[in-house]
Amino acid sequence: MVNFSLSEENEMFRKAAREFAETEVAKYVPEMEETSKVPDGLLKALAEAEMLAITIPESYGGLELGYTARLIALEEISRVSVATAMMLQVFALGIEPIVQFGSDEQKSKYLPGLASGELLATAAVTEATGGSDPSGIRTSYKKDGDDYIVNGRKCFITNSHVANTLTILAKSEENPKEFCAFIVERGMEGFKATHVEHKVGFRGCNTGELSFENLRIPKENLLGQEGKGMRVTMSAIGEIGRGGMVGCALGLQAACLEASIKFASERILYGKPIVKLAAIQEKIAEMKIELEAGRLLGYRAAALQDGGIGSSNEFAAAKYFTTEAAIKAAKVAVDIHGGYGCMEEYAVTRYYRDAAVLGPSAGTSAIMKVIVARWALS
Amino acid sequence: MKIVVCIKAVPDPKEADKITIDPVTKTLTRGNIPFVINPLDRHAVEAALQLKQTYGGTITILSMGPPAAGNIVKECLALGADQGILLSDRAFGGADAYATAYTLAKGIERNGVFDLILCGMASSDGATEWVGPQIASFLDIPVVTMVNEIADNDSELWQVKTAWEDGYRRVAIQLPALFTVARELNQPKNLSFSGIIKARKKEITSWCIDDLGLPIEVVGLKGSPTIVGDFGTLETGRSVEILQGTSEEKAEKLVEILSEAGALG
Repeated sequence: MVNFSLSEENEMFRKAAREFAETEVAKYVPEMEETSKVPDGLLKALAEAEMLAITIPESYGGLELGYTARLIALEEISRVSVATAMMLQVFALGIEPIVQFGSDEQKSKYLPGLASGELLATAAVTEATGGSDPSGIRTSYKKDGDDYIVNGRKCFITNSHVANTLTILAKSEENPKEFCAFIVERGMEGFKATHVEHKVGFRGCNTGELSFENLRIPKENLLGQEGKGMRVTMSAIGEIGRGGMVGCALGLQAACLEASIKFASERILYGKPIVKLAAIQEKIAEMKIELEAGRLLGYRAAALQDGGIGSSNEFAAAKYFTTEAAIKAAKVAVDIHGGYGCMEEYAVTRYYRDAAVLGPSAGTSAIMKVIVARWALS
Repeated sequence: MKIVVCIKAVPDPKEADKITIDPVTKTLTRGNIPFVINPLDRHAVEAALQLKQTYGGTITILSMGPPAAGNIVKECLALGADQGILLSDRAFGGADAYATAYTLAKGIERNGVFDLILCGMASSDGATEWVGPQIASFLDIPVVTMVNEIADNDSELWQVKTAWEDGYRRVAIQLPALFTVARELNQPKNLSFSGIIKARKKEITSWCIDDLGLPIEVVGLKGSPTIVGDFGTLETGRSVEILQGTSEEKAEKLVEILSEAGALG
């Protein structure tokens, strides 16, 4: 028999994440929208609520919970603030390569601090010449004794100016088919966080560029085997990255649906709430169907992953479906609000802007279809 | 210090607009609204956690309700309580405040020695404010209601502050006793993921009517003296009156209207 229900414990995780989002995250949203900056208090709150520790093994100070619990947390936080969910999802993206490929020394050095929030992580792969196709990156490394010298630039990096523990990918200067993943610490000589992006949505979630100029990285910071770095970053992107985007999208879908129902139940036209109109009900039904379908795709992929079955393809399908559904839901939510949907005091305007950023993040819908087609044809 | 906190599973107040009253049975129809811990009981749990932090001891969560109420007991264990007891039996169904308090008192007796019993001041669905004082009465211990401050205690007498009409009163009381708590007492902490993980190892004991050794006549609907005679629905309406004239004339008219409505005291 297929069990489509969350366990009682997972339901409790949902309740805990919702309480946290509504009491500790919601209060920072206006400031994030106004300044586009990451509030220090929010980072502290995320750490205190153990949201940074979810995927880290217990032996290194984490909670060692699975992909399902992580998806629940991200969905609930995104329902209140997609920007916060996005920064949280990328913290995990930076953590996962250390969990999966780090040596005992690397895990002992970094994971306890990443679990407590003393350290903040990100993954830096994307460049102007390669994101979804990381083989196109130009950031390069060469050996210098026991160290590596890295040169290049990374763009569109979430948490670029906030993170102090970064997993980066670089290509060998000698062999363009060889890549290395490194752990880079902010403050290493030659590391610089440069341009800050001003995005249409996800305001308050920091995105920017990184510059590596003769960045010297000791051999102790090589993640995994030399020349095999592509595997290190891609496995995290496939499961943690896409899975995280599913959480962000589901939360936004849920927020759009809730806001639409609330507004349509209160807005009176022709002597009755507009929610009684068939035209509005049809929109609400479509949003609900797509939310339920998205949850089935996303939570199934997470359950597979928790069961030890790699599900990066399933996450690609879920990422495509839920982000597209979120974009539609945001448009419909704005439509239902009519003129009010153009006024910034209504949250749906934020949802609309956030939806625009959801699609391209962690791989566009077109790229997801490429992956799903490969899966279907394999 | 042994603390017992009595909690109630209530329909989620955020969905209160979906609650209806059955005109025949005159009871609440919950529908599909999920159970949550009664909001004021959350303050009682937080008070217990703070007292435990200061004085040490154990916290027992006690609730009466259907098996599904076990979830909210589990939540309290995740918040930091040590053990849970659920009084659950079909015979307990339909209990009014009196029968509920009696059954809870019997559960407390069976659980053994205690120093302090904490309850929320009222439930969000029934809102009688009777259950706490009635438990105290059945157990023959003193009760202080609407507690909004529990002071540090270095003597045998506990100093508590309670709301009292437009002011407050300070009460010195010897334990064992029962306090019903107001929301001003504290700010409950959120559930945490690690608390939920720790609760995996904590037990919830379920007791039925036989475990309490009670005859069926004293519990549930049969043990409830309350009879709902009738109920009605309050209708509220609005009307709009546009005042005419100069600003001074409109202000004078407005004061006149508000005075007549008794809005100016």
